[in-house]
Amino acid sequence: MNTTPNSPTNVRFAGLGGTGVIKASDIFADVVFRLGNTVKKAEVHGMSQRGGSVQSDIRFGSEVHSPMIPDGACDFLVVLEPSQVDVVRGGLRPGGLLLTPADIDVTKLPTAKALNVAMLGRLSRQFDFPEQSWRESLRANFPEKLHAANDRAFALGRSV
Amino acid sequence: MHPSQDSSGRLLLSGNEAVALAALHCGVALGTGYPGTPSTEILEGFGALGGKAQWAPNEKVAAEVALGAAFARARVICTMKHVGLNVAADVLFTMTYSGVDGGYVLIVADDPGMASSQNEQDSRRYAEAAAAPMFEPADSQDAYDLLRTAFEVSERWHIPVLFRLTTRVCHSKSPVVPRFPAGVVPADTGAPTPNFVRNIAGRVMVPGNAKPAHKRLRAKLAELQTWNEAQGPNRLERRSPAVGIITSGISYHHVREAAPDASVLKLGLSYPLPMKTMREFVGAVERCVVIEENDPWLATACRAAGLNVEAKDDGIFRFGELSVDRVRRILAQDSSAEPVPPRGKPPELCAGCPHRSSFEVLKELDCIVSGDIGCYTLAALPPLAAMDMMIDMGAAVGMGLGLRHVLPREQAKRVVSVIGDSTFLHGGLPGLVEMAYNPPASGHVLVILDNGTTAMTGQQEHPGTGRKLDGEATYQVSYEAMARAAGVKNVVTLNPIREKARFKELLAEALRRDELTVFVARSPCILAAGRIVAWQKERKAMEQEAEGTRPCACGQNCDCGTATGQTD
Repeated sequence: MNTTPNSPTNVRFAGLGGTGVIKASDIFADVVFRLGNTVKKAEVHGMSQRGGSVQSDIRFGSEVHSPMIPDGACDFLVVLEPSQVDVVRGGLRPGGLLLTPADIDVTKLPTAKALNVAMLGRLSRQFDFPEQSWRESLRANFPEKLHAANDRAFALGRSV
Repeated sequence: MHPSQDSSGRLLLSGNEAVALAALHCGVALGTGYPGTPSTEILEGFGALGGKAQWAPNEKVAAEVALGAAFARARVICTMKHVGLNVAADVLFTMTYSGVDGGYVLIVADDPGMASSQNEQDSRRYAEAAAAPMFEPADSQDAYDLLRTAFEVSERWHIPVLFRLTTRVCHSKSPVVPRFPAGVVPADTGAPTPNFVRNIAGRVMVPGNAKPAHKRLRAKLAELQTWNEAQGPNRLERRSPAVGIITSGISYHHVREAAPDASVLKLGLSYPLPMKTMREFVGAVERCVVIEENDPWLATACRAAGLNVEAKDDGIFRFGELSVDRVRRILAQDSSAEPVPPRGKPPELCAGCPHRSSFEVLKELDCIVSGDIGCYTLAALPPLAAMDMMIDMGAAVGMGLGLRHVLPREQAKRVVSVIGDSTFLHGGLPGLVEMAYNPPASGHVLVILDNGTTAMTGQQEHPGTGRKLDGEATYQVSYEAMARAAGVKNVVTLNPIREKARFKELLAEALRRDELTVFVARSPCILAAGRIVAWQKERKAMEQEAEGTRPCACGQNCDCGTATGQTD
């Protein structure tokens, strides 16, 4: 996937405040970090709960410098809110992968809130990380009462 | 939530989390500050780790509390955003003269690009102006390591130091190798035991004492500069001699990516500058470029010292934060127009937010609104577009009074000052005193929007919530009693959602009178409502248990004395 051996993999999560962008990116960063990667994550807080555009960058590999993904360098762009697709699409590199809620069957989500977890499930198919790594990070990032619903949401995305 | 940890014990931390952990590992006795994006999570994190952390009503008070602790030989951190340092500047400029006995690190978080701020002022200028050493970490590990160095410098030279973060350092996560494993609180941090030793000449800054203190300060800085040349936390990375780059902070990482072959001098202690080291670096490369965000502070210092350096085009790159792409452009001397990213959706007041209701009333009455800083500033955006000015914390009151003093009567009668609860306690109180001291001929109306939390920065407690940083119950300030004590005759408490019609009616009436009126529009932030309501119940139960205490009906358990929370 990478053009040079040392260049990091760039994953951007985007959406609106309150749609689970930051949470999804925290979980993804946790997964890749526990697998021994060098990880950097950049986002801007402050307005995240007030419905404005939110995005979070994660870069991982053996060597990562800037925490912010350069223009048009996203390998993966995961958009949790359809209205934001056109706003953020330009961040994708040629040949990069755009994932949106249209890539999963949202009618089968256990709750609408679990969309971010389902999208993580969809993203998980692009990496050969052990499924257990994803499950562990999901459990570590949510209270126990949400574990069952999240397991179903993750499976929904992963099995597409 | 526990931070991510890998099998080798590395932690994935934001810069703010790294500073909090470092503070714990350095034995910081007290952390104080005022919430402000992007600095807020430092004290919250320090408190969550078990450190003694508390919010002050504003940055000036925080810096003074920290100073007292540092006079008593303790290690302290004081946190704020860049504009908060304006509020604390009065303390800063003279505490460098007096110096400190303990270790004092004032952490200031700049916001290049204004992700959540009213300006993008550059705190490096404060270091130079106030003669305070300034550290500039580039990432989380750097922040963790440099905090210890900052305490060493502060204690060795008995001087308060500035620790400058920026939004991307505060909020970016990167790996940290801590000195102690996660969860371990070190038994011996090297922090001294607090103790008071009288030193009147050193701490009472009357002219006779301040004159020699200023000379001592300059002598300390000269020593520190020599130390910075030889042992300072700066890093020289020799690569190709074709291009050399002098940089600091997050810009270092953009540089490493944009120009992997360039030689780099990364500054960790950027005031006083290690100018000899910089001169040698410039002499050893064919082309030297200074890469810095915001003001051309470093480039100007280099040029003043006669160093032949290139700098960014400030017509373009002074505005906003830097990035890998922008550093590439600076290095290529490319000043062509930059691509404009598509506009995202701006934030807005939450559905059900009590501020919505309040501003609808203000709009319906065609008020001229002198506004302030908080979530409610979003009411300036369409479709409400119901705030006419916002400059700094507390300014709503003073600006409103100024408008009233000079506007023609028919316009003056429409002026209302609107301020949030935390902002009122931060900077609005002296304005309230001014309102009663120099009342405009047309009277004035001040609306305090009390949503029971410092909402904008993420729902922090403040003296008006009656809760400390960690949620522990404490004395709860009464805005109503304060307004009366200041000399305001009409004080009205109401719920702007449930009593919207009444709010409109009473506000219209107050605007007609040539008197002073303070409205307390009280309804909890909907994001924090669950917690606020639960705490109100808990407090009420506690007070009912205590004999002879009867909470009033305004919901704040204040001593406003109203049985119904109505106009008195």
